[in-house]
Amino acid sequence: MKAKKDIVSVALRFAVWLAAIVMVASLVGIVVYILVKGIPHISLSLFEWNYTTDNVSLMPALINTLSMTVLALLFAVPLGIGAAIYLTEYASRGNMLVKVVRVTAETLSGIPSIVYGLFGSLFFVKALHMGLSMISGALTLVIMILPLIMRTTEEALVAVPDSYREGSFGLGAGRLRTVMRVVLPSAVPGILSGVILGIGRIVGESAALIFTAGTVAEVADSIFDSSRTLAVHMYAISGEGLYIDKTYATAVVLLVLVIVINALSSFAAKKLERR
Amino acid sequence: MSRFREKTMHIVFLACACFSIAAVVLICVFLFSNGFSAMLKIGVTDFIFGTEWRPSNNIFGIFPMIIGSLYVTAGALLVGVPVGLLCAVFMARFCPKPIYKLLRPAVNLMAGIPSVVYGFFGLVVIVPFVRDNIGGRGMSVLAASLLLGLMILPTVINVSESALRAVPNSYYEGGLALGATHERSVFFTVLPAAKNGIFAAVVLGLGRAIGETMAVMMVAGNQPLIPDSVTDGVRTLTTNIVMEMGYSTDLHREALIATAVVLFVFIMIINVSFSLLKRSDSK
Repeated sequence: MKAKKDIVSVALRFAVWLAAIVMVASLVGIVVYILVKGIPHISLSLFEWNYTTDNVSLMPALINTLSMTVLALLFAVPLGIGAAIYLTEYASRGNMLVKVVRVTAETLSGIPSIVYGLFGSLFFVKALHMGLSMISGALTLVIMILPLIMRTTEEALVAVPDSYREGSFGLGAGRLRTVMRVVLPSAVPGILSGVILGIGRIVGESAALIFTAGTVAEVADSIFDSSRTLAVHMYAISGEGLYIDKTYATAVVLLVLVIVINALSSFAAKKLERR
Repeated sequence: MSRFREKTMHIVFLACACFSIAAVVLICVFLFSNGFSAMLKIGVTDFIFGTEWRPSNNIFGIFPMIIGSLYVTAGALLVGVPVGLLCAVFMARFCPKPIYKLLRPAVNLMAGIPSVVYGFFGLVVIVPFVRDNIGGRGMSVLAASLLLGLMILPTVINVSESALRAVPNSYYEGGLALGATHERSVFFTVLPAAKNGIFAAVVLGLGRAIGETMAVMMVAGNQPLIPDSVTDGVRTLTTNIVMEMGYSTDLHREALIATAVVLFVFIMIINVSFSLLKRSDSK
């Protein structure tokens, strides 16, 4: 038997539905607004190889985004996975170091991206003399996404049943072989979903990159060249006021990228759950 | 041979784990050493409580920006927390399964949208809306609060949803057994039981709001003055840094780094209270 609905209950039920509708409506509003305004302005000239002030092509920025992502992941993924392996597979319980690492990783994930940008420009650009360059930007991003990759990898490793490890030890494998051949492969989907989330952060990042990778709108020839990613490109052209249509179109490309990245990440996560 | 490999890899993994410690230490050293020297040169009270920011005259007072950050963050919480919390309650306790399957990716996508895209949306939609319907020039505390309120929604929703889900079902059932309706049971037994987790959600949302840079810069107007009303323009700590860092030199540059130190201290306070709340929740 159900209790009789009183006015408070009805009001509360109304409130939660309303909140959910507001949330969905604002998301749909943003996405649809950008798509509707932007899609008509997507043209082939937007994807031309060279950037000129007449044609603010986003192609160079898109290529830079890609190489920046690869470069940052090249450092962040091994570091993050290695750290997670140490925390879950090697460190003994109640290890003081583990606590410190956890606290610092938590601290890192709370630091705003502008502070990373400032640090990057002080440390990589100035102190290490790397200049405004792709590598300065990428290394800044490495520190930024490291906690994310560490945390998701850790969760994925912890989720691997202990019987796998025991089985491997029982067959005479050492710790390293157990980790590399047994534990890590079964945690791949979880790690992948974290890495893809990291890619999302990199693609969307702007504040941390403006003062580390700079804003040159051409394809970088080497990792020591300054270059802007798509998000920085969008910020740069939105501020000039001349290219509002192009900004909409760039926003569409950025948004589509983010939607695809998100879909991939949840697909990988689901794959983990199914097993 | 394999002993040797075991030992080396052990050390490699250990080094990876220590990397985040090194990163935090480096960030602290570089920010604080540059920032404190600027603060000492300007004078700590003049810097923090000075109400004028005129870099060309070597007057560096960031009080308007501190107040600006607080206003905008408070506004964002006012918008984001009620909606986010109710959304989390909906997702944890009210939502039919098929709808949940749509809502979860929606929240994830909302968290993934880049801040420039949010900022641009704010610039072309929220700013004109505020200008035409409420007054002022549009770029204002109000516009920034609305936009940030949206941006912190996913953070608030995720953390409070998992807090709500962590409450044992017996609480809810106990409520029902005493004759409460589903709604009353959720709101008056489950919700209070999750209060630490919910506070943690608010604190984390606060951290996101105070640290957001690009989106705020695009909608807030950025005048370094203490705003008199919600329709006045405002400059936050983060935007102060990003606007002037490009062309600043010498003391001006150091003053911007010192601004980041103040921001960093705020963030540290927020982080510490977040982890304290989380810890007290898990007990």
